[in-house]
Parts: sequence; C-alpha cells; structure tokens
Amino acid sequence: MQSTVNALVPTGFGINCEAETRYALQRAGAEVETPHLNDLIDDGARLARTRILVLAGGFAFGDHLGAGRALANRLRARLGDALGRFVADGGLVLGICNGFQTMARLGLLPSGRVGKQQISLTTNRHSTFYDGWVKLRFDPQSPCVFTRGIEQLDLPVRHGEGRLLPAASVEQQILDQRLGVCRYVDQAGEPSERFPDNPNGSWQQLAGICDPSGRLFGLMPHPEAYLYPENHPHWRREPGVSRPTGQLLFVNAVEACRRG
Amino acid sequence: MTTRIEVELQPQIADPHGESIRWRAENYLGIELESVRTRTIYKLDGKINAAHASAIRDALTDPVIERSAIGRLDLPRCDWLITVGFRPGVTDNVGRTARRFVADLLCTPLDAVAEVFTETQYLVAAPTIDRPTAERVAAELLANPIIQRIEVNAAHAYRDQPIDLSVPRAGSDSKAHVATITLDEDPAALLALSQRRQLALNSDEMVAIRNYYAQPEVCARRQARGLPSSPTDVELEVLAQTWSEHCKHKIFAATIRYEDRAGNTEVIDSLFKTYIVKTTKQVGERIDWLVSVFHDNAGIVRLDADWNLVYKVETHNSPSALDPYGGAITGIVGVNRDPLGTGRGAALLTNVWGYCFGPPDYRGPLPGGLQPPRRIRDGVHQGVIDGGNQSGIPYSRGWELFDPRFIGKPLVFCGTVGLIPARIEGIPSEHKEIAPDDHIVMVGGRIGKDGIHGATFSSDALDGQVSSQAVQIGDPITQKTMADMLLEARDAGLYRTLTDNGAGGLSSSVGEIAQLAGGAELWLDRAPLKYPGLDPWEILLSEAQERMTLAVPDKQLEAFLELARRREVEATVIGRFANSGQLTVCYGERIVAELPLSFLHDGCPTMQLSAIEPVARGVEPSEAGIALDFEKPQQLLSDMIGYFNLCAKSKTARRYDHEVKGLSVIKPLLGVYGDVPADASAMRVRHGADAGILLAEGALPYLADIDAGAMAAACVDLAVRRIVAAGGRLGRIAALDNFCWPDPILSDKTPDGPEKLGALVRCCRSLAAACIELDLPLISGKDSMKNDAILDGVKISIPPTLLFSAIAWVDDVSKLRDLVIPCGDHQLYLLGDAAAEALGGSELYRTISRRVGREITGRQAPVIDPTRTRTVCEALTEIADRGWISAAHAPQLGGVALGLAQMSLAANRGLDIQLPAAPNTLAALFAEGGSRFLLATSDDNANALERWAATQAIPLIRIGRTAQDPDLRIACGEARIELPLETLRQLFHQKDL
Repeated sequence: MQSTVNALVPTGFGINCEAETRYALQRAGAEVETPHLNDLIDDGARLARTRILVLAGGFAFGDHLGAGRALANRLRARLGDALGRFVADGGLVLGICNGFQTMARLGLLPSGRVGKQQISLTTNRHSTFYDGWVKLRFDPQSPCVFTRGIEQLDLPVRHGEGRLLPAASVEQQILDQRLGVCRYVDQAGEPSERFPDNPNGSWQQLAGICDPSGRLFGLMPHPEAYLYPENHPHWRREPGVSRPTGQLLFVNAVEACRRG
Repeated sequence: MTTRIEVELQPQIADPHGESIRWRAENYLGIELESVRTRTIYKLDGKINAAHASAIRDALTDPVIERSAIGRLDLPRCDWLITVGFRPGVTDNVGRTARRFVADLLCTPLDAVAEVFTETQYLVAAPTIDRPTAERVAAELLANPIIQRIEVNAAHAYRDQPIDLSVPRAGSDSKAHVATITLDEDPAALLALSQRRQLALNSDEMVAIRNYYAQPEVCARRQARGLPSSPTDVELEVLAQTWSEHCKHKIFAATIRYEDRAGNTEVIDSLFKTYIVKTTKQVGERIDWLVSVFHDNAGIVRLDADWNLVYKVETHNSPSALDPYGGAITGIVGVNRDPLGTGRGAALLTNVWGYCFGPPDYRGPLPGGLQPPRRIRDGVHQGVIDGGNQSGIPYSRGWELFDPRFIGKPLVFCGTVGLIPARIEGIPSEHKEIAPDDHIVMVGGRIGKDGIHGATFSSDALDGQVSSQAVQIGDPITQKTMADMLLEARDAGLYRTLTDNGAGGLSSSVGEIAQLAGGAELWLDRAPLKYPGLDPWEILLSEAQERMTLAVPDKQLEAFLELARRREVEATVIGRFANSGQLTVCYGERIVAELPLSFLHDGCPTMQLSAIEPVARGVEPSEAGIALDFEKPQQLLSDMIGYFNLCAKSKTARRYDHEVKGLSVIKPLLGVYGDVPADASAMRVRHGADAGILLAEGALPYLADIDAGAMAAACVDLAVRRIVAAGGRLGRIAALDNFCWPDPILSDKTPDGPEKLGALVRCCRSLAAACIELDLPLISGKDSMKNDAILDGVKISIPPTLLFSAIAWVDDVSKLRDLVIPCGDHQLYLLGDAAAEALGGSELYRTISRRVGREITGRQAPVIDPTRTRTVCEALTEIADRGWISAAHAPQLGGVALGLAQMSLAANRGLDIQLPAAPNTLAALFAEGGSRFLLATSDDNANALERWAATQAIPLIRIGRTAQDPDLRIACGEARIELPLETLRQLFHQKDL
C-alpha cells in the first residue's frame, strides 16, 4: 500500500482557487485539507503533519497593498515559526499566482527560508490584469521536484502583477543554479518578450522559480486550471490532440513525497 | 496625531500605472505629458511611536523595487503634483486592508489600531502645461469629484509647503434625532414634501399614507405606544423605500388601459401577473425542474437530483452614471448577494455582464454632472473587473452595445449564477422559514451614510444634482470573507435563513423577511456604524455594502457569532423577529417607528396608467434620399466589423478573469487568437462531474425603435439559438427578463409616456408568446423604469431595452460545440430561414447612417416567428445528435455576412462562400433575420447531412467551404467580398482599446 501524503491548502480572506487545487491534489492521490487560514494559525502544528503546502491563487486581502503583501505579513507575523520549521523539515511548498507573490514577499524564493524579500512580482509591463493561455518551456536541469519530466505545458495566466524582478544580489544564483524553472515561449517554443506570449515582461522571461532544493516552487500560471481537456481553449479545434495537463505538477509533488 | 508614509517605485523601475495615465492623457484628452510617476500615501490617524512607524514603513515597502519615507519622499524632477484622496465617509478599501495589516504586524487587536486613510499622488513632468490643464487631467482622468478630493500643486511651490497630515475623518457628534412630520391635507403639498425629502412617492401614495395615519384606531394605538399621531421621519422613509418603484415594481403591477391604433382598448391587471407569472405557470405545467420562482432574491431550477441552479441579473444604471467605478463594482458585488441570499444561500459560480453605452468616440455635449461615454465605459469595466476578479468568480458572458442615447444613462447589467445543494440537513434548500423568536443578525460591513436614498434616487431621472451619499463603493474582499463564512455557517446549520441588504438597506431586508415570521423588532442603536452621527432613519436606510441579514435561532446564536469572530466577520444582533404583525423600530428605549406589515407591503395604491400603441417612427433610406445599392458590400462589411458594436473587445474583456475555479469549457472569447465572442459560454458546475451549464442572451435595443414587440421576439430567438448552437436543448432552458425603459408615465416632463408604456405592453406580450412557444419559464427578472437624462433642458431617453438571459444545462460538457471550425476540410451550410427582407433596425442601416451623416432606421423589423425558432432549433439538435456538426453559429448583428466573418476569424481560415442573392444582395448578406444557423460539417459527413436534409421540410443550403488560402470570399449575386484574413483582423481590432 502506498503511504499517505497529506497536503494543506489554506483558504480565506480572498484566496479563491482552493477548490480546484484541492481536486488536483486529491486526484494525484494526496489527502487534502483546506483549513481557514485563521484555524491554521491557531493550530500551527497542523503543518507538522503535512508534506505539501499549497498557497493557492486568489486575491488575498484584495491585493490592496500590492499582491501578496498583506497575506505574507500575516503568515510571517502569526505562522512564521511553524512555516520555517515546515520548510526546514523538508516540506514541499507550491505557490500559484497569488501564492507565488506571497512566497516572494516571505523571502522564500529563491533562498528557501522565511527572510528578507529577494524577488519582486510587480505590475505587468502593460499595466493591467490579463487572462489568457500561455506556452511554457521547462528547464530539464532545474532542481524543481514539481516539474520533473515536463518539457512544455499550456496553462492560463490571470494576473496583473506577475513581472518577476530579482534583486541584483540573487540574479546570478538563479541562473547558475538553474532556479528559473519555466519560461514564457512563443508558438515555436522559443523564449519570448512579446505580449501576449509573455504576458508580463518578466526578467529572463521567467514564469516561475524554485529554491535550490527544488522543494519550494512558485509560478504565475495556473496548473490547477487545466485539469480537464475541455479547459484548453483549443480542445474542439484540434480534436484528438492529447496534451499534458496541469495535473502533472501535482502528481509529481505527491510522488516526490512518496520517494521521500 | 497623524503619521504619513509615502511609498513609490525606485526611479530606475518603470511605472506602468503612470505610463498608462500619460498615454490616456495624450490619447483621450490630447494633452502631452512627458512622464507620470505614482506614489501611495498612507495616513495613520492615531498615536504611533517611532519604532512602530518605522516597522510599518518597512513592511509596506518592497525592498527590491520600492523606496519610502515617513513624512515626505524627496521630489524628483516634475512640474505638477496631483493628489487624490477620498471624501469623508467614502469607502477606502486600501486603507481598510492597511489597518488590518498594521494590526497583524504589531500583533495588536484591530480595534487598537489607528484608522488608515490612503491617497494617490501623481508626479507629472510636463513643463509646458498650465494649471487649468493640470486640473483638467486631474478631474477628467484621475478622480471623480463626487467621491474624491483633488489637490493640484505646482512642484516648486509644493516643496515649501508644510507636510499635509489632514485626514477625511467622517461623522459628527450630533445626537440622534427623530423628527415628526405633519402631513398636509392638500395633495399638492404632500407631493412637494415627497420631492423635498427625495421620497419619490406620487400624490396618491402620499394621500394613502396620510389616510392611514388619520384612522382613529391607528391614532389610538400609536398613542399607547408613545408614538406621535403624525409619522416619524423613520416611518415615512421606510414607506418610501418599500413603496419605491425600485423595490415595488409599481409600473409592472399597475392597472393599464391599453389602446391600439384601431381604437380597441383592453385593461391589463398588472403586466407582471399577466405576462410574466402566467407565462411561467403555463410553461411550468410542461416541465418538472422549476424549484422556486418570483418570491426569493433569485430564481431556482433543478440541475440534477442533488444540485440546484440559482440565477439573477440586475441593473445598476443610475449609480454607474455618476460614479462609473463605484456604481459598477457595487452592481456586481450586489448581484452576487442575490444568489447568496436565495433559499438557504447559494455558492457563487459565475458572473455575466452587459453594457449599453454612448459611443466611446462621442464628442458632443453631455448632461450636467455626467462624464463622457469613454470614461464611463472605462470606469464601469474596471469596477466589474475588480468586483469579479477579487471575489474569485469568473465571468462567462460579456457584451457591449453603443448608441448616443445611452450617454445620459448607461445600462449596466450584472448577473450571477449560483449553485446550491438541493437539500441541506435534509430540508429542501429553497425553503425559507423564520421562527418568531429568531434573532435578527446583521453580518458583514458597517453602516455609513453611503447609498442613502439609492432606491428612491434610481426611481427618478438624472439631473446632475446628486450628493455623494447616493453613491457606494463595494468592497469585494469584505464580501468574499463574509460569503465564505456564511456558506460555512450554512453547512453547519447555524442559521435559519438569510437575505441580502441591497436597495433600501435594513428597511427593505428586515421589512421583507419579517413577513416570514409575522413581525420584527429592530434595535437600531446596536447597529455597528462606520462613524458616529447617523440619525435612526439613516441607519435604517443606508445601502452600505457587503451586508446580509439573517434569522438565527437562539440555540445557534452563540456558535454563529463565534464562527463569525474567528473569520473576522462582523456580526451583530440588531433585533428579534416576532409575531406582532408589526415592523417595530427602536432606538435605545424609544420606539421610533411602528408600521403594520400589512400596510407596509399592501398599502401602496395600485397605479392606474394609460398606454397607447406607439407609432413606428423609423426613416426608410428612400425617405432620406439614400439609394441602397450605393456602396460595395465589402466596404460595408469592413465598416461594420471595425465599429464598436461588432469589433473585437478582447483587450478589455481579457482583464476579467474567466477561468478561476478551473471549470471553463466554452470560453466567452474563442478562436485561434481568442478574440471572437462565443454564441454561448459553458462550464462545469463542480469538479469531478461532467454536468455543466450554458449561458447566452439576447439584447437588441435598436429594434425597439421600430417595435418593442419585434425586439422581444428577436431577443428570445437569439438567446435560444445561441444556446442550441452550443449544444443546449429546448425544454432544458430557463430565462430571465430585465427591462430597462424610459419613464413611461404621463407627466409634463413625459408627454409621450403612454406610447412608451404601449411599447412595454407590446414587448411583454411578445415575450410571453415566444416563451410559451419555446417552453421557457421566466424564473427571475428586474425592471428599471426611469432611464432618462436631461441635456440642455431636453430629455434624452434610452431606447427601450430588454435583456433576455438564458441558462441551460447538459449532462456531459464534452459534447458541446462552438463556432470555431476545427482543422481539416469542412463544408458550410445555412440552416433555416435564409430570406429575410426587412432591414429595419439593422447594423447595416446604422453603418450607412454613419457614412452619410443622416439617420436611417427603417420601418420594418425582421419578422420573428417563435414556431420557426423551435423548428430550426430542433433540426439543429437532430443534426448534431447524428454527429454531423463540426461548428455552429447563430448569426445576428450584421447578418450572415458578419456571421461568416466571425467564423473565419475564429478559425483563422479563409472561406469560399456563394450566397443566394435572395431577396436581394444586401438583405442576403446583412439582414438580421432569426431562426437560422450557420454550420460547418466535415467533408466526410456532408453527403449524409444533405441526404437527410432532402427528406426534411426545413431548408438547408450548402453555401461554401473552407478555403485553402487565408481569404474570406463571399459571392452574392453580382456582389463580391474578398478580404485577406490579415486585413479583416486589422479592421476587427482597430477600435479594440
């Protein structure tokens, strides 16, 4: 019998992708809980019983002070120690969109620790929120455990603040350690600066980065919004075309936990 | 003491918000600015020590890209500083979140933290502009004076000014006051009172109120209860809200004497009962999935054994005209509360929106106090975008139509579909019950002066004289937090029922659900206020947003309040239901209002109105001296697809989230470039199941210029064809009706009232006939009856507009289809009624009107026969069931030619089309007849389809095929259209701003 992998997806205050994230994890074989953030804060020990923490997409606290800032502030102030232990003990953290922005504010990426912020996810170059599908190419040499075996994936982006800008001090580390997990590419599969292939103008066309262990991963596109063939915008136009779906990231996460 | 913190992007980081303002100043106002940078100012209104101030500053600053200061940041080179903050009492969502942020950071309770006010500062580099120009940028681009304060400073002077530490603190120390209002004998004086107090009641209604108070037994009872014999201001306001057109739908309930042109008369006892309720009842006998209609906040239909669907569409026209952003965001989060407040409370699944605006390039005069159409449009979009996105609700449908008559009153339709378990704790979820001892609990936001008189105000024409109180700003996050908590409470069985606080505030919500218990007693002094100084009537009427009213049983009260506390949702017991038969309102020890529910809800006199069949006033081309074949059809098609009604609007629409929840199946925008609107949109309703819903609508206000009856028939036909094109089936479609009308009541200001009411009668009749024929129950609806504005003393009325929204459901979403022709070779067909001669109200006529500068509308609208709609829909469904359809489309605006252009653009493929030129070229290409579809069939299935069609009565014409080269070619008689796709797409996007 396979061992149980527990996953936590906190909810509340404007986090809004918990249902699809939970379903993706369940389908991948995880036991999933979606506690309200305040209940998790009151019982931080729940984190110790978990292997995967997903900071799901949404508009936590309306993103009123800048995307992810208010949520990161609350996590840091009221759950910081438990989160630090969870990460130090080898837990997996996946931050999707608003969750990625929150991880950035917590300093988790690329350092792998709760600390000073090292990267910023700022206003898209064209200034507005954008919902559309993008093509991503994954670095096969990245240490990211979530994306093993994935070369290319179509996923939707839905954000206004997704432009990745690293502090000068971590640029070289991201490049040298292959922490830039996936990049926005054009139809031919080449990294692109052009809107809408690249929806935000990120540094190095990056859509997501991980920490050096590969266990902490944040990305702007939404793998949990591509769980059925019919989610793809061209599912009818290209019948019979079978594509990898966003489900793969969650399957990888659960398998990585099983491998230990 | 105020602490001021300024935050801005570091100078080397681009500022996209500033850049977009620079761009808009240049492109919208013709004002060239060198650059614009933005700053956020936080003003913390309370005692904060230096260490805390510094910690707060650090936490509010992104160290990678931002810099900040306590006090003032230094000024880079710039010429003007424009500072925009809110007026006192206006919702400051960012400030509210900042306050919570500070509480978290300092680990202190929220109550102990200073209130935070925010401002945005624009640093404008433009050495050549003068102060009036800078002020114009401020007033026309950056702020709305109704709700915001603007300060414009020259940079050189600003440096020497003291640091501004003022905050827009609201409220006053004045003691709560209740006035007694004497009602005059003279009806004219009563009417004057109604106008003075913005009650929007007519003299009959005022007289009915006076007569109620004059009854000796009423006087005696009031004396015994310590109330004056004349009404208190609280009572008068409650009556005005409850009896407002907005809440009571008096026009739809009126007795109408209708006279047609032949002089025949008929008396209609309520349009609502005669044409809406009766229709649904009649259709209801043939279907078995109606769950709850008419008596709740939204209609409910059965999806399957375990789940029900809830759907409601609302309008928010008047508030959006004044403050487009605030009005629209309030519109969308407001309609979200309808499904949330239906039955035991539904989860919110998806939103729809649709707008009618003045043309964005309109440069003419505007009614007093109103903004130009482009600015209204931008604000409305941004409001609904923020409302939907921040709530985590995708949109499924979005459309826009344009006409100069919408400059005074834009129409802003917002709707929401909800999903609710069929049974909760074993009880049907639609059951609404209240026990007489249940607590009245208000949940969500606090009460302020926002939105007071919203219901009565929307029942009047706009005249530019409005106070900021009539406007609210929604806060999606407060509402989302509340909605999450309420669904949690619902599933834990912690309340008995709930309803939303919308127009009329507590007065309406408690007044309505008090009927379930048989009475209620409210304690207004316990209601949580945003700031002090509200009089009891204001507390009762406030339309401050994000509030629901619940009935909570005594034994659940503690658990309910505890859950609310843990979720940081404010919940307050503000009264108790009772079986007194009265709505009793107390403030402290004192009763300030008491009205029997019977009088409150049934005392409003029925209006007696007269209606007359309208005269068709259209202008035929010949009458305008225009020969119809004067233009090449290619030019007409190019003009049409490049103009606002039909051009791509994907740039704006893609700022709305349409994928959150991960359930989308047919997206609202389709095709290779994702820029062509779908006929109908579809989504799963929950994860792990293949059942789904389809949504579509019909709105064709231009036809009402010819005949509102023709408009209704065409709207129904269009919505149904769209649903069926995508895979829905007749018999599993429910519908919503939203009427937006110009004032149809005869008065000095409205001498043509009877004709406008006559148009409404025709619209309702034709709607009812079509719905009965097509098995469409009307499960919910709304009317907005005062859509007029005054411009230079002249009234501009909107064209009467019906929005007909359809919802259908299917067992397996993977069987659905759309207008995108798949890869491979395909034949194209026209199924149904090809020939439609009438061009009245068509996009073709509007296009020609624009070109020649003379208005032609035509006098003949296309004739729509619902029985034909049924026949052609059933034929399409059969063809689809046989597996022969690879793409389907219901053409409408711009006719078959535009329908083909849309299919070509969506597939990004050329088409070779040969259309029969009957009855003539222009009609064959551009007439907007109903009951027809364009279909694509793969080469493999074409023969089988044609053999089958030969045995059927319904016409099926092969009109062409997919082309090998990327050109759209349409031959029709002598006429030729040949447009490379690249050109077509350029035209399609030229106004996509």
